[in-house]
Amino acid sequence: MAETRASAPGEIAATQRAGALCDAALAGDRRSLSRLLTAVENRTPIAEAALRRLYPLAGRAQLIGITGPPGAGKSTLVAALIAELRRAGRPVAVVAVDPSSPITGGAVLGDRVRMQAYATDDGVFIRSMASRGHSGGLSSATTAAAAVFDAVGFDVVLIETVGTGQSEVEVAAAADTTVVVEAPEMGDEIQAIKAGLLEVADIIVVNKGDRPGAHRAAAQLQAMLADTPHEARPGRPAPKHPEVLVTSAATGDGVVELVAAIDRHRSVARDPNGDATRLRRAEAQVWAVLVDRLHERVRILEGVRAMASAQALDGVHAVEHAGANIAAAQNSTAAGELLRAVATHDLDPYAAADEILHRLMGVASEP
Amino acid sequence: MQSEQAGSGRYHPPMTDRPLKVLIAKPGLDGHDRGAKVLARGLRDEGFEVVYTGLRQTPEMIVTAALQEDVDVVGLSILSGAHMTLVPRVCALLRERGLDDVLVTAGGIIPDEDVPALKKAGVAAVFGPGTTIATVADFLRANARPRD
Repeated sequence: MAETRASAPGEIAATQRAGALCDAALAGDRRSLSRLLTAVENRTPIAEAALRRLYPLAGRAQLIGITGPPGAGKSTLVAALIAELRRAGRPVAVVAVDPSSPITGGAVLGDRVRMQAYATDDGVFIRSMASRGHSGGLSSATTAAAAVFDAVGFDVVLIETVGTGQSEVEVAAAADTTVVVEAPEMGDEIQAIKAGLLEVADIIVVNKGDRPGAHRAAAQLQAMLADTPHEARPGRPAPKHPEVLVTSAATGDGVVELVAAIDRHRSVARDPNGDATRLRRAEAQVWAVLVDRLHERVRILEGVRAMASAQALDGVHAVEHAGANIAAAQNSTAAGELLRAVATHDLDPYAAADEILHRLMGVASEP
Repeated sequence: MQSEQAGSGRYHPPMTDRPLKVLIAKPGLDGHDRGAKVLARGLRDEGFEVVYTGLRQTPEMIVTAALQEDVDVVGLSILSGAHMTLVPRVCALLRERGLDDVLVTAGGIIPDEDVPALKKAGVAAVFGPGTTIATVADFLRANARPRD
């Protein structure tokens, strides 16, 4: 509805409030940081103003995705990683996503249970988020939340996905390094050659290494992955050659080696492959803003013209049509430049989205 | 453009009516969390986002979790009898860290004669055995303060 859009005075108030929260969060105030994360999660006007301010300050943190099936030990492994990173004195933020109910919208966010040993360590900040209907294994605000942590000075951001199946691969764009965690009972060689999650792994961890079969599962994975070609086919990303490690998160066995593998991957990832990841992350963020903007415009049109429900459906089609145009535009050089600027944090996603909209349709950000 | 990279599935607009976020915490040394888990699941079904911290939490751990999660409500479950020490401590720490707009409720085994003192310490409601999930949910919806 048109009235949900903030009026000009409302926007000024949001910008001022965002400025105050950013100042405080950058000065180390955790309460303000927490409030900013809530604004980002709810996609309020404060969030947009804050991200426009903070996004250029981000791009320094190491973003590590932790994904895998439910019960594989992701949260326990995150806790073990926190312990190891804190031993090195590195400030660590965690974004832990759990699923929202598709029926009630409610959620039980239980990842924190495994991490409470670090609850009172000032160098650790853990934030749980519900997926709120987003289906890629993250919530729609996860990447933005990681950028906020990045901007206020966290050295490492651990992004824990919901328990994933085989195809929730969104985290691979959200993180610099994607760690796929499997349990020893993950299955046989056939599971290891299936498309999906394992294809986007930079590192594969067989957790619960103290259980029977863990080392055999790791060996099978390694054998199957050994056949991955080294050369990229034309027009495709270079195939990944993940290291396979065995850990026992509960005892801490193998966690030192995992941190070393993550750091190794980071140094390798400062190459074109890493650029591709950052470009995909930029694309996802700009896309999210574009869809929000278009949706908002359609809703305003609905309000102004008091469209009947059938016509409102046309509005949805208009969004889809515009989406196709955007896809075409993003293949053009100009949009590519904008995305690269977002990937290097020289431009924020909102400014890029507005510029793309402007070029496409001659619309400015203000409807 | 592969839209699945940019968030697959249907489009979800920004939340204008976001779910209330509740921390369910077990302060102190009792090891019984069936009630806390039943409540967490029940509130989930009522549409709340519920953060559960697990057993044997200090007041400092609970208040830090409330701050980091930016919750609207802290629900304390105690069966050990230590509520007169732990609950006021949580309330005081919340105020100290600027979280005075967070609604605090308590539940578990708390004698009626202790309730007035807990309310004075900052607890909005005490829910004893037999309280329905709906009663708790309605109270939280009616009393959690609107936030920005």
